[in-house]
Amino acid sequence: MTPLDTLRFATRAATGYPLRTFLMVLAMSIGVAAVVVLTALGDGARRYVINEFSSLGSSLVIVLPGRSETGGFNPVNAVTSTPRDLTVEDAQALVRAPAVLRTAPLTVGTSEAVYNGKLRDVTIVGTTPDYLKLRRMDLAQGRFLPAEEPNAAVAVIGAKIQSELFGIESAIGKVLRIGDRRVRVIGVLASTGQGLGMNADEVVILPVAVSLAMFNSNTLFRILVEAKERALIEPAKTQVEAILKTRHDGELDVTVITQDSVLATFDRILGTLTYGVAGIAAISLAVAGILVMNVMLVAVTQRTGEIGLLKALGAEGAAIRNAFLAEAALLSAAGAVTGYLLGQAGAFALRTAIKVLPAYPPDWAVAAALGTALVTGLLFGVMPANRAARLDPVQALMKH
Amino acid sequence: MALIELSGIERVFTLGDSAVHALANLDLSIEAGEYVAVMGASGSGKSTLLNLLGLLDRPDAGIYRLEGRDVTTLTADEQARVRRERIGFVFQSFHLVPRLTAAENVALPLMLAGIEPAERTRRVGKALEDFGLTNRADHRPDQLSGGQRQRVAIARATIMQPAVLLADEPTGNLDRATGEEVVRLLEMLNATGVTLIMVTHDAALGSHARRRIVMQDGRKISDD
Repeated sequence: MTPLDTLRFATRAATGYPLRTFLMVLAMSIGVAAVVVLTALGDGARRYVINEFSSLGSSLVIVLPGRSETGGFNPVNAVTSTPRDLTVEDAQALVRAPAVLRTAPLTVGTSEAVYNGKLRDVTIVGTTPDYLKLRRMDLAQGRFLPAEEPNAAVAVIGAKIQSELFGIESAIGKVLRIGDRRVRVIGVLASTGQGLGMNADEVVILPVAVSLAMFNSNTLFRILVEAKERALIEPAKTQVEAILKTRHDGELDVTVITQDSVLATFDRILGTLTYGVAGIAAISLAVAGILVMNVMLVAVTQRTGEIGLLKALGAEGAAIRNAFLAEAALLSAAGAVTGYLLGQAGAFALRTAIKVLPAYPPDWAVAAALGTALVTGLLFGVMPANRAARLDPVQALMKH
Repeated sequence: MALIELSGIERVFTLGDSAVHALANLDLSIEAGEYVAVMGASGSGKSTLLNLLGLLDRPDAGIYRLEGRDVTTLTADEQARVRRERIGFVFQSFHLVPRLTAAENVALPLMLAGIEPAERTRRVGKALEDFGLTNRADHRPDQLSGGQRQRVAIARATIMQPAVLLADEPTGNLDRATGEEVVRLLEMLNATGVTLIMVTHDAALGSHARRRIVMQDGRKISDD
């Protein structure tokens, strides 16, 4: 029996029992589709986070109060104890480092903003004029925080605050009440979307001194430092550490992280997560493989008479084994291809539903899913095929 | 040299703890071109004999020579090749593959032998024409009458031009008129030189044959 004939015979057998074949292909395709969609989700999340960090600016060094002993960054030591305050003066001192272009202190808090009876929760960011350039932000209207008056009661608001509190009316020059203070709006940020867990459209930016006074605090949340160029990130980090150590009585009580280390950590965490969900989804592929075996065992029983006939007509054991193996392979292949298409459709639906999530399945996951489907299908097809090939022709012929 | 030569054939089945001699010390010689009817009550061993002649079963003792060659010692795959090239089977229940058309059923032995498609189409076309089935070529077995089904089965059994045609109650599932038609077809094939061995319990059918072997309890009780 030539390979082409074996394939054609197996195809006729597969199409000869349409319901069984449909169910089998469905089971296998769900397994493959699950791997494709779940890895698309995991990898999409990974890419999303990386993009978010990239939008911070490419040569950023971040200073956190408190010391974490590990070299890398993880979400746990983002919350650190603060033995000594990180101050606005520290931020100013860092500009003297040769590798540093500019710095911006950062405080973050939440409060209520009220205008004309309308009330809204907002994120309050306290910083200095350099923040605008450092974060590569643009203004839609007005101007940013004035350099000459660091204690002025002025505010720059996000695009969404403008539209929700002021509507089509211009916010410039209006007085906004934040907590128990009144500030004059001098600028509106251009709409940017998400950035580092903080929606820049929903912030109110105040001069850092005003913000510290408002929250009755002395310590900064972060100091953002921009190196002169990307290659100077490591020198900038060393210099920042040296300056702060001197200013803090010789003790290095801050943590300096670079964007690369943060990125690498998130990349690792989310990459592992993707492998994890791929593994879970792969279980359904193994189940589908066992289903192939079951279906093929039933097929052998169902077609015992036919196997006997083929033997009587002079089919060798190998010919019968190959025919059943080819049928198992065909079922798995059809399931794999259908599952791949379903999975891609699912990933497309995800991307359509959640616009910011780049949910593309990684190539390795697609290859692994298709490969696993075919291999399990064939592997689990071997036992039924061997059983068919070993059937006693006299016994088999009697079952018709 | 006889086409088929059996000597001292034994076939024992174990049912529970008792041994049943389906064939006991059987000697038989059949010449090429003969027309033999194997008759006997059910359980007399006639089907076992046919399975043995068709290399579907192996004897527990004795020697079977087909065309002078000892075929009892061949491996399963070698026996499959002998079946393919030298032996044609016709069954009582036709044994057509239900999902394949008449033409595809007839082509099965050619496909198993690895004969190329063009040659296959030519030979199947000729066979269907010889058996008056040309306008039924694309019909599946469930769209054919009993007589047509058996004719497809006979076309399939003879497509490889075997030396022996083994028919097991070929008219058992057919009405009298259709049965006679099928028997005439088999006899016509015998007339062209194919050895025909037919198992039947129908005395009228047996009387057509030039040689009748009657079996009882695994033994040959008459041969004329």
